[in-house]
Amino acid sequence: MSILDIRNLNVRFATQDGEVSAVNDVSLSLTKGECLGIVGESGSGKSQTFMAAMGLLAANGRPTGEILFDGKNMIGADEDTLNSVRGDRMSMIFQDPMTSLTPHMKIGRQLGEVLIRHRNVSADEARAQSLAMLKRVQIPEAERRLDMYPHELSGGLRQRVMIAMALMCSPELIIADEPTTALDVTVQAQILDILRDVKDRLNTAVILITHDLGVIAGLADRVAVMYAGRIVEVGDVRSIFADPRHPYTRGLLACTPRLDAAGDGLMTTISGQPPNLQKLPTGCSFHPRCSYVVERCKAERPALESIAAGRAKACFVDVRAT
Amino acid sequence: MAQPLLQVRDLKVHFPVRTGGVVFGDYTALKAVDGISFDLKAGETLGVVGESGCGKSTLGRAVLQLVPATAGAVSWLGRDLTSQDKLEIKKCRQELQIVFQDPLASLDPRMTAGDIIAEPLRNFFPAMSGSERTAKVQDIMAKVGLLPQMINRYPHEFSGGQCQRIGIARAMILNPKLVVCDEPVSALDVSIRAQVINLLMELQRTFNLSLIFISHDLAVVRHISHRVMVLYLGKVMELAERESLYRAPRHPYTQALMAAVPIPDPDKERAKPRVILAGDPPSPLSPPSGCVFRTRCPKATDKCARDVPVLEVSSPSHEVACHHWRI
Repeated sequence: MSILDIRNLNVRFATQDGEVSAVNDVSLSLTKGECLGIVGESGSGKSQTFMAAMGLLAANGRPTGEILFDGKNMIGADEDTLNSVRGDRMSMIFQDPMTSLTPHMKIGRQLGEVLIRHRNVSADEARAQSLAMLKRVQIPEAERRLDMYPHELSGGLRQRVMIAMALMCSPELIIADEPTTALDVTVQAQILDILRDVKDRLNTAVILITHDLGVIAGLADRVAVMYAGRIVEVGDVRSIFADPRHPYTRGLLACTPRLDAAGDGLMTTISGQPPNLQKLPTGCSFHPRCSYVVERCKAERPALESIAAGRAKACFVDVRAT
Repeated sequence: MAQPLLQVRDLKVHFPVRTGGVVFGDYTALKAVDGISFDLKAGETLGVVGESGCGKSTLGRAVLQLVPATAGAVSWLGRDLTSQDKLEIKKCRQELQIVFQDPLASLDPRMTAGDIIAEPLRNFFPAMSGSERTAKVQDIMAKVGLLPQMINRYPHEFSGGQCQRIGIARAMILNPKLVVCDEPVSALDVSIRAQVINLLMELQRTFNLSLIFISHDLAVVRHISHRVMVLYLGKVMELAERESLYRAPRHPYTQALMAAVPIPDPDKERAKPRVILAGDPPSPLSPPSGCVFRTRCPKATDKCARDVPVLEVSSPSHEVACHHWRI
């Protein structure tokens, strides 16, 4: 039974220069305890897809389609319904922990607020549970941190507080949007370890949005690759890395510098730049940068079609044959 | 062997930080760079890696005299820059350039790409005619992969990768001998990052350029560098030829850093041993006694708290500052 089921989601933003399609016809589903990695570059729609799921789109954004969380459609749901789900059964971890914590509120109160709001517990009980949660995410001297303000903590500790806050009500789904991008690599390893532990022990479903293929490789069960607002390839993590079938996925893997491989000479690149969402190319959005391009790609947009059990790609070309 | 272009000896950059006192104030020295020495040859790339606050950016700036050195020497072609007056340093700036991290923020939004790239020419060759300047700008734009007809556009009309190319063109227009690249690709998307790294490598080959490549990304540094320096709290932990460092890192900090970098291969990434460094780097205002890394080091002993380890040669062109690198 899937916990999140996104069907034909579109997200459009009204801007002064006309409408921008940030997310186009995205369908995804996620089962309990599963970790789905979402990969893509800036502007690929990877964040906006899940901002729509949380009802957190900017005021000029309009979602259409269906986002079913445990069977209930989140699109068009009123604030009360959203508020009863958000932070309780579904919570989010953002990239920058400094701007996502309230600067004038002590850590203990920010954490406790989640429980007081959703579980109606007493202030003492909220504080006790907050303390337990800080310990669970391995924050040293947790008792003292409860009475600190966010600016008194390091970036790594703040991100742990964010994770603790997301976990307060034992949610069924956590959406982590670039949770380690702002952190140093040794701290990133600590945070990924905590997320891995949460997923394994609490059976929480995790959506991991990142541009870092290494982070995906370590944590995700399945991967969806997005480009220009669409899913171009989806599959289980091992197949995607071992046998990528979309030219963009192949390109991304090839141009990621690796610590475990001696790099000599020039790096493999994807030519050109990510497209302007307001001036998308005709046909397949990736065709101007694609090394496998054929005439058909310029006129017609490939649909996301199943190629094997659990795998799909949106490309006319069989990259293995070329 | 030819004389190195750049010789840095025991360079220190300390910033006074107010730590108390109401009227007169008490100041503590924040040791951003604390006794760093290295040489750089023509056509060589030195990678500088470390976590936030390790002093890697300050080191780059101090080499270029953009922040004053507290002590030590920075010799450029045999002349110590730290003892020169401003006018002399300005003359050297023609040969010493920098590329910054944030491609958009480092370009003046009210200047066109052409004006930004031409500004160094205006500063150093005020007598140059406008047409000659434009020709030079268009020439360098083509070399860094920008269309010369974009010369009159403003920074906001370019993508992040293109803005970084403008920053590189600005650094390259005076034919410098050394370019300090301070996290030049960190703000760029994966597919664009590889393009910019290739551009830097090509420019290096064409112009026999020396690069100081500052980055927190060990995989990128492995690709571009000839030698790599690992910094922690303003001190050199390890300095070695690239292959020697990446094949056999000797310092526990370098080992931990490398173990923490995720590998884009699910089987390798999940099978690798988890060496997780606990905690955060300590505050540079009150660094630990002895070895600065000892508070997070799995090999730390009493000796580490007592004695500051010095860089010792562990094998040819491989230096490490650790009491316990042999075990």
